[in-house]
Amino acid sequence: MGKTIQEINERIKSGKAVVVTAEEIIDLVREKGVEKVARRVDVITTGTFGPMCSSGALINLGHPKPRMKIHRAWLNDVPAYCGIAAVDLYLGATEMAEHDPLNEVFPGEFRYGGGHVIEDLVAGKKVRLRAESYGTDCYPLRKWEAEITIHDLPDARLFNPRNAYQNYNVAVNLSDRVLYTYMGVLRPNLGNANYCSAGQLSPLLNDPLFRTIGVGTRIFLGGGIGYVVDRGTQHNPDVPRTKSGHPKRPSGTLAVMGDLKGMSPRYLVGYSMLGYGATLAVGIGVPIPVLDEEVVEAAAVSDSDLYAPVVDYSVDYPQGTGRVLGEVSYAQLRSGEVEILGKRVPTASLSSYSRAREIACLLKEWIQSGRFLLTEPVELLPCPVRERGGGK
Amino acid sequence: MIRRKVVLHFPREKVDKPIVSKLVRDYGLDFNILKASITPREEGLLVMEITGEEKDYQRGLEYLENCGVRVQPLSQDVARNEDRCTHCGACLAVCPTRALYMDSESMQVIFDREECVACELCVKVCPPRAMEIRY
Ligand code: SF4
Ligand code: SF4
Repeated sequence: MGKTIQEINERIKSGKAVVVTAEEIIDLVREKGVEKVARRVDVITTGTFGPMCSSGALINLGHPKPRMKIHRAWLNDVPAYCGIAAVDLYLGATEMAEHDPLNEVFPGEFRYGGGHVIEDLVAGKKVRLRAESYGTDCYPLRKWEAEITIHDLPDARLFNPRNAYQNYNVAVNLSDRVLYTYMGVLRPNLGNANYCSAGQLSPLLNDPLFRTIGVGTRIFLGGGIGYVVDRGTQHNPDVPRTKSGHPKRPSGTLAVMGDLKGMSPRYLVGYSMLGYGATLAVGIGVPIPVLDEEVVEAAAVSDSDLYAPVVDYSVDYPQGTGRVLGEVSYAQLRSGEVEILGKRVPTASLSSYSRAREIACLLKEWIQSGRFLLTEPVELLPCPVRERGGGK
Repeated sequence: MIRRKVVLHFPREKVDKPIVSKLVRDYGLDFNILKASITPREEGLLVMEITGEEKDYQRGLEYLENCGVRVQPLSQDVARNEDRCTHCGACLAVCPTRALYMDSESMQVIFDREECVACELCVKVCPPRAMEIRY
């Protein structure tokens, strides 16, 4: 017994689709069993909200008069990459405003960067554009300064080369000095453990072998609509897995893209990581079509069945030694305390579970109301375990 | 007679020394410790209310500073901009008083102003900068 995506879409259009979140499915399967749930439920919605550094905006400014081939450009003093066509530019989330003191006075505050510009644009705020050129016969303008809003832009796309990591490290500090990292502040001598995944709600942990999520999957992105456009950079599904097929290390990733104009500053938030840099917190929700029982089984895992590696960020991570201090479950992490090397260590998350839940619920509403249809992936993402026909 | 609330930041090597008790003995000041904890830098942190004569208070403060203790007056308030808080939890790692804590039901980070001693440690650690110093 299987369902196709077309059949599910027909049910969505007629308002009959049964949609549950990746949190709700856990108890549902415990109560009713995999088989019944697979028959009844059509879509499982997931969500995640956390800092995702490999994010940015692809912007077309539209030509001024006379036309211009932009060589250098800044938005609110944050440099954008201009090495593409005349008035196209790419604004990276971690780029810092010019003259930011960075880490000169350690730990630096990194108050305003590309992620903040993206948040301001999406919020409809005015952004100061400064552009320079050397001038050509076809594009004579050499200097352009203007105040722009997102509404003035012919194109503004969010294009994130690596998002939604399938599982991630738990960061700890074995040294005797405080560390300021992209995983937050790490207190000395195992003072705290920071993690960054929505666990049982996380998109890729609910489809561990990428059986349904692929190129062309329509998703919730930053409060609007986006698409999975490819595997993300560093997509590495060949890692140790649990019996249920769930990766125990950082594994797959997604490259995603969507129209920035339909997005919201509630789900795209500029972050400043003390002593590290600026970034963008991105909200992503991926719908998982219930094609068969296997899909349900994989999505029904709870935080107690999902494990993350504990990594020392004083030596092992920066030096790339690959050493893992141990594994802890997301249920343990979420309890507020874990045991590492025999010590009770308080935990904190960088990924907002409450906002991940909000996204999964919102996507559920969108699908139930018929305004969001599922797409058929045109190609699945690479995954050796699935390709070998395994998973169990 | 004055009564002031201050936060004392002790360098880690001084945490155990009986610096504070000298305030009573040599400066005639009374104090009441409201909170005590250890910060991420493993400094000692004492929030206390000091009572005494203004000139003794000034001399006491001078003495503390000579001992390498940083004295921060508690005249300001730390508040949370609720619109900016994403409930990530990054602040939980640094708040010394548990004024910020995770509610396991809603999975939201609760800010309990009563418990906050305005030490400001969360202010720069909060990624969306939701914790604000209000004067
Ligand atoms: S670090 Fe800031 S945004 Fe995150 S929970 Fe604490 S106050 Fe809220
Ligand atoms: S200022 Fe921040 S870190 Fe300090 S007690 Fe208040 S909430 Fe906690």
